[in-house]
Amino acid sequence: MIFLRRQVPLLITLITGLVFAAQYYIPHPASEQMLTSVTKWLQIIGGFALVLGVSSLFHVHAIKIRRKEAGWGYSFVLYVSMLGTIAVGLWSNGKEAVDGAMTSFGWIYNFMMVPLQGTMFAILAFFIASAAYRSFRARSREAAVLLIAAVIVMMGRVPLGEYLIPLSGDLSQWILNVLNASVRRAILIGVSLGTVALSIKIIFGMERSYLGGGKE
Amino acid sequence: MRVERQGWKTSVLLLMAVLIQPGSPVFAQYQDQTKTTLSPPQDIRAFDTPSDGGDSVTLIWAPAAYDSAATKYQILLSEGSAVDPAAMKVVAEFPANQHYVRESKWPWWTRPAAGDQHQFTLRNGRGVELKSGTAYSITVAAVLSDDRGIGMPVRVTPQPNWINWNQINNLVLALLFGGIVLYAIGRARTKEIFLRRIPGLDAVDEAIGRATELGKPILYLTGAHDMSDPSTIAAAVILGRVAKRTAAYETELLVPHRDPMTMAVCQEITKQAYLEAGKPDLYKDDSNFFITSDQFSYTAAVDGIMLRKKPAANFFMGAYFAEALLLTETGASTGAIQIAGTDSDHQLPFFVTTCDYTLIGEELYAASAYLSREPVQVGTLLGQDIGKGLILCILVAGTALATLGALLGAQWPQLFLDVFKDVK
Repeated sequence: MIFLRRQVPLLITLITGLVFAAQYYIPHPASEQMLTSVTKWLQIIGGFALVLGVSSLFHVHAIKIRRKEAGWGYSFVLYVSMLGTIAVGLWSNGKEAVDGAMTSFGWIYNFMMVPLQGTMFAILAFFIASAAYRSFRARSREAAVLLIAAVIVMMGRVPLGEYLIPLSGDLSQWILNVLNASVRRAILIGVSLGTVALSIKIIFGMERSYLGGGKE
Repeated sequence: MRVERQGWKTSVLLLMAVLIQPGSPVFAQYQDQTKTTLSPPQDIRAFDTPSDGGDSVTLIWAPAAYDSAATKYQILLSEGSAVDPAAMKVVAEFPANQHYVRESKWPWWTRPAAGDQHQFTLRNGRGVELKSGTAYSITVAAVLSDDRGIGMPVRVTPQPNWINWNQINNLVLALLFGGIVLYAIGRARTKEIFLRRIPGLDAVDEAIGRATELGKPILYLTGAHDMSDPSTIAAAVILGRVAKRTAAYETELLVPHRDPMTMAVCQEITKQAYLEAGKPDLYKDDSNFFITSDQFSYTAAVDGIMLRKKPAANFFMGAYFAEALLLTETGASTGAIQIAGTDSDHQLPFFVTTCDYTLIGEELYAASAYLSREPVQVGTLLGQDIGKGLILCILVAGTALATLGALLGAQWPQLFLDVFKDVK
């Protein structure tokens, strides 16, 4: 049993890890074909995994409704919305439009989902303002530097700011192209090395906690 | 005096005789400037492009005296072994002062000719369909106004290759780094290695302790990506360490997911962590639950959990996009301790401004080593640091050599620079 739970997954990881690391250096169509096939496998497995996810969702919210936990009404709304959308989707054969006419499934997507997503995204503007207000209070030296840099960049990025302070345009470009870009690249180099090191550990079975912890 | 004058006349006659000789170099030069027909491109070579999937061919030919922006080169192609250039189709055209070997992206170890030669790689696309294993006739024509000089057609057959030699430097560097990591792991097994403090990870215990005191849950997010992303794997690994401590402290753990596969993996990790903490009875399958794969629906749901359940500590590990600030700002408004760890450099400013502690970039990958202190994990960190030291040296040396090359107009620095070009 331990062989099936431990050794087999590690062996699969080792072989696939090495094969797909090598695939990067093989331009032959056979290699590309293999990558395409495996990507399709992943999509198929992902489809099955979605069943797992949806069943988890139903289970968690069913418990909330049954126990009448705080906020169980939201769970009820979720059930109604989900079952309703599935029913409408089946009724419309999963199509959003037929012969240019919007189906009821398309209506739900375009007039419910899209506006709701847009609303969430729009809230971001207010959250940026509140986060900026808290961060830009010059309570420490670092916060003061952040404030000054932010003011220069903001002035340099809007026409009015550049009109009022002509130097701010060039200065903000310098901050973005020199200071910001160099720090970002330094972070990316560290991230890349971290990624390669983690991949090596996983491929060679040194990192096993993703299998469910333990060192046996 | 008379002898001198005669000598002068003889010299003039001799010079004239030399000038009117049709085969003389001086005359030939004059003829080149005045003749109306372009000489065809010389030394044409065509071959299957090395290190490709068999969908391109490469042509090499010698530079000509008429290479300029005004003159154009045309690439002519036909299937089979046609020798009549009139039957060949023009598939590419460009100014004659372009497409030199030195301008190609190929590194020095795969360049097929000297830098001053012309090179053109014909690929599939834009009306060209090269089939692997099919023979083609190909040639180059020089065109200036109405004049056209067509080179001798040559035969070529594109073939797929098994190794991309252009990226062999990537492989060598990856193997070198892998060797360094393995060496560092070996060293860490025999020698204790110093780990600098990472305040964000020191705060993990404090956050869990605070949640325990307040009797509130801990919220842990694994990011927007699936298990194929290393940052999600790192987040899942850290979840194991956090879950072990929440199990020990008997604190409720909430892990909402965007990807069902990540959810399944994290359920296993959490279960194992509770087992190792000696509290298997406290483990709940529902602590890891799926919400949705949709970005903003997920964000709305998690924000709702934060506002209703008011977790005492929020962990944001893994990759994030526009939802980062929506999540962390809501968390900050509830007064929770917030610890973020991400390699999404574009979201780092939002995490830094709204969270109490942020693991920046590689610190996310170092977290597992920091929390476990296992030699294998710590050794990997040492390997990464050696790798970073090497990259720093290469950056300094590369900058110096590139500057020197530009100042002296020398090509030899390219030998070094090409080795580190396109490393990814």
